[in-house]
Amino acid sequence: MLISRDDRLSFEKSSPGRRGVILPREKFSRAEPPAALRRQSPPLFPEMSELDIVRHFLNLSRKNFSVDTHFYPLGSCTMKYNPKINEWVARQEKFAGLHPLQPDGTVQGMMELLWDLEESLKSITGMDRFTLQPAAGAHGELTGIMLVRAYHESRGDAKRTKVLVPDSSHGTNPATASLVGYRVVEVKSDARGRIDLESFKSVLDDHVACLMLTNPNTLGVFDENILEIAKLVHSHGGLLYYDGANLNPLLGIARPGDMGFDVVHVNLHKTFSTPHGGGGPGSGPVGVKRHLIPFLPYPLVEKKGDRYGWAEKSKTSIGRVKAFYGNIGVILRAWAYLKVLGKEGLLRVSEGAILNANYLRLKLRDVFPVAVEGPCLHEFVLTLKHAAARGVHAGDVGKRLLDFGFHAPTVHFPLVVSEALMIEPTETESRETLDLFVEAMKRIASEIETEPEKVRNAPYTLPVRRPNDVLAARKPLLTYRDLLREKTVAAETAA
Amino acid sequence: MPYIPHTDRERKAILKEIGVSSLEDLIGSIPASLREPKTAVSPALSELEVQKRIQFLGLKNLAVSDVLSFLGAGSYDHYIPPAVQEVAARQEFSTAYTPYQPEASQGTLQVIFEYQSLMAELMGLSASNASHYDGATSLAEAVIVALKHTDRKKILIARSLHPHYREVIGTYLNGSPCHIETFGFARGGDFDREDFEKKLTPEVAGVVFQTPNFLGIVEDLSGIADRVHANGSLMILSGHPLSYALYRPPGEWGADIAAGEGQPLGMPVSFGGPYLGYFVTTQALLRKIPGRIAGATEDADGKRAFCLTLQAREQHIRRERAASNICSNQALCALTACAYMTFLGKQGILEVAELNFDRASYLRERISKLGGFEVDLTAPIFNEFRVKSRKPFPQIEKRLMEGGIFPGVALEPFYPELKDEFLVCATETKTREELDRFVEALSRC
Repeated sequence: MLISRDDRLSFEKSSPGRRGVILPREKFSRAEPPAALRRQSPPLFPEMSELDIVRHFLNLSRKNFSVDTHFYPLGSCTMKYNPKINEWVARQEKFAGLHPLQPDGTVQGMMELLWDLEESLKSITGMDRFTLQPAAGAHGELTGIMLVRAYHESRGDAKRTKVLVPDSSHGTNPATASLVGYRVVEVKSDARGRIDLESFKSVLDDHVACLMLTNPNTLGVFDENILEIAKLVHSHGGLLYYDGANLNPLLGIARPGDMGFDVVHVNLHKTFSTPHGGGGPGSGPVGVKRHLIPFLPYPLVEKKGDRYGWAEKSKTSIGRVKAFYGNIGVILRAWAYLKVLGKEGLLRVSEGAILNANYLRLKLRDVFPVAVEGPCLHEFVLTLKHAAARGVHAGDVGKRLLDFGFHAPTVHFPLVVSEALMIEPTETESRETLDLFVEAMKRIASEIETEPEKVRNAPYTLPVRRPNDVLAARKPLLTYRDLLREKTVAAETAA
Repeated sequence: MPYIPHTDRERKAILKEIGVSSLEDLIGSIPASLREPKTAVSPALSELEVQKRIQFLGLKNLAVSDVLSFLGAGSYDHYIPPAVQEVAARQEFSTAYTPYQPEASQGTLQVIFEYQSLMAELMGLSASNASHYDGATSLAEAVIVALKHTDRKKILIARSLHPHYREVIGTYLNGSPCHIETFGFARGGDFDREDFEKKLTPEVAGVVFQTPNFLGIVEDLSGIADRVHANGSLMILSGHPLSYALYRPPGEWGADIAAGEGQPLGMPVSFGGPYLGYFVTTQALLRKIPGRIAGATEDADGKRAFCLTLQAREQHIRRERAASNICSNQALCALTACAYMTFLGKQGILEVAELNFDRASYLRERISKLGGFEVDLTAPIFNEFRVKSRKPFPQIEKRLMEGGIFPGVALEPFYPELKDEFLVCATETKTREELDRFVEALSRC
């Protein structure tokens, strides 16, 4: 049995007195903490030996799909390979061992690297300055929309109360705009997921603070009207925000800055190859055009001759968005990646992403209908509308794919396509892998015809099958103590 | 090409299969005026050259292991058991995506569940999220929860809360109709009770304390929760998580939310990130928690299973009506913390906290005997304390740095009245010889 069937928690493997770490024993002082301030009841922590803990975690790691073990065609998530050199770089003690409050003179190498990465990001996106502080894409969005607000306020322009967001956008866009206090106005997309110009013009007025846009959009289509859209927004005094989630097909090909975007966030954990970590840490640097630089969060690295220092706080800065300087460990990885790619490599990344997506699109369009015909950039969307009649939904196909050793595509997104399967292969997958994926999709398509219940009840080869999420939400059990309480209640009821 | 499997031959074959002659045929929707941008990044290096380059840059840095460092102030150098690093480096965890597909993510999900359990235990509270970006942003989200929960407009914050955290809360609330008021600290560094009482007015949504506070003082919060709750406000606590194994945790003080920095739980100082925002609360506020949460449930065959839960709060479901806009969090850092707490176990977590207290206490006693420095020996501390220098601190710092010692963090930039005072941190990593060497060096200043 390769994958352990043991589903016990660490707490359930505990035995009193066991230990997993050996600490220094000697005390140097006779001081005692004041009794009144001491903790009253000890935390209920497990007690295990080092080997048992190592086995516990390693066996858990084997219950995961990961890029290093499986193909992850997850749309808009850019699950490309995470090169190991990046990990090596991030582990270097000369970087991982730097305290954030050390004097500048003792961190010159670190600051030079931050400056260097910022220069690369500026050049790749066509922006004039970046903050590396935001910890994730959504945190970058939050920072960006705060910058938009600060810009309008600085001009005494108080009438701007709304942010335009296409109906095909990522959920973070409207959530961010509303967190900053804007009213979210949805803009309709056309059949290709592009902004519907008529609908757009009808909501565009001088109350618009900004338009948030992903380009290419979530259908993998580049909005060719972008220059006109930018002109329209700017002519009404609004700004353009670029959601960098889909930047992977544009490296060295086109830049958001040239398209007219005023603010951009990039996801280092997508385009720039840093691992997703099971949900983080990511990094969401935000780039701006010159007119927004005075509002950037501090601190910013500054180069003075051969020396690096922290720039003086701008009086108009939106402030700090995070303690210290950003997710440095992630930034180090992205830096290493860009060094290995170089200019030529950037273009090849995007070319590879576009080729792989189009290859898959053409191989799969006879299996399931594609939402949009014609070439795509880095991703495309299939629709399972027809299968719904047989009781099979997009999510079911995703689950069945797991049995074939493929992670599910993004399912039921974007919202503008019914029964959507959103597929992004990335450039790091070989043609053989893509072909195997196509084979699996064909098998599933035929199963939908002949034995739909097989697809509906999948998967069959994984440690669990269809966890009951309705039950989980109705009766939240979020800790080991919740489980203990639950057990006691059950025992009492039985008695 | 690095990390791209296609050879030139394969690339041509793929183009042919697609039915086009070049990439250009696939990107026709990009306006010509945008094409061939002036992207100027440096030429490609081999991986070997990248290693050389980072080593060269590293020579321009002094890591805390190169020197004797007493820096703390929100970023702490603790012993990280090698087993913790090995477990956290498993690529099956680190290269996995967010566990939206529970069948393919039971490893990550069970780890989050165990992390939530351990964190709730440590904080003495009952529900935790799966992590937030860092201490400052987690606290900002806690403040937003308080504002929404009470539908009030004022937040009362201790001036002894980490200055960066106060700034971040300010950034998050900027432009909203809500405002922040701070209450001061007494001469000893503990919060000013009178000032606090005066400012606890009926419009206060939440009160934020840090213990141990930024000045290293473990606060006595007796009676505070009753006062805050009687006022209809929420009590939010932040602080060094290891201190809560020894001292009263937020739950024992009656706090509603614990939100702060989890970096000391197994993460290196790493120039300030990636760190771990912890967000732990009571049963009553369960459905107000921002960010992802894992829950236990049953699968279709009645087996124990874990999945993300209460997702109706989140942006991918609720869009503009979500509780927060957070999507990615610090999952791998939560895994690290989970492994750290598991390896330490019930005894180890208390022992490591006691060692911190012991090292800092020993150092404080020894510094108190030096002529040129003043410390308050009666103040309750964990692993940090204030020292006042009779000579200008920059001078002291310069002297010590020449001898390879980082003496601590200057307090004046944060609190102008604390001239020539600095914050000294001694964790379990310090040996007696190292502490003595520091005292010796101070005595020569």
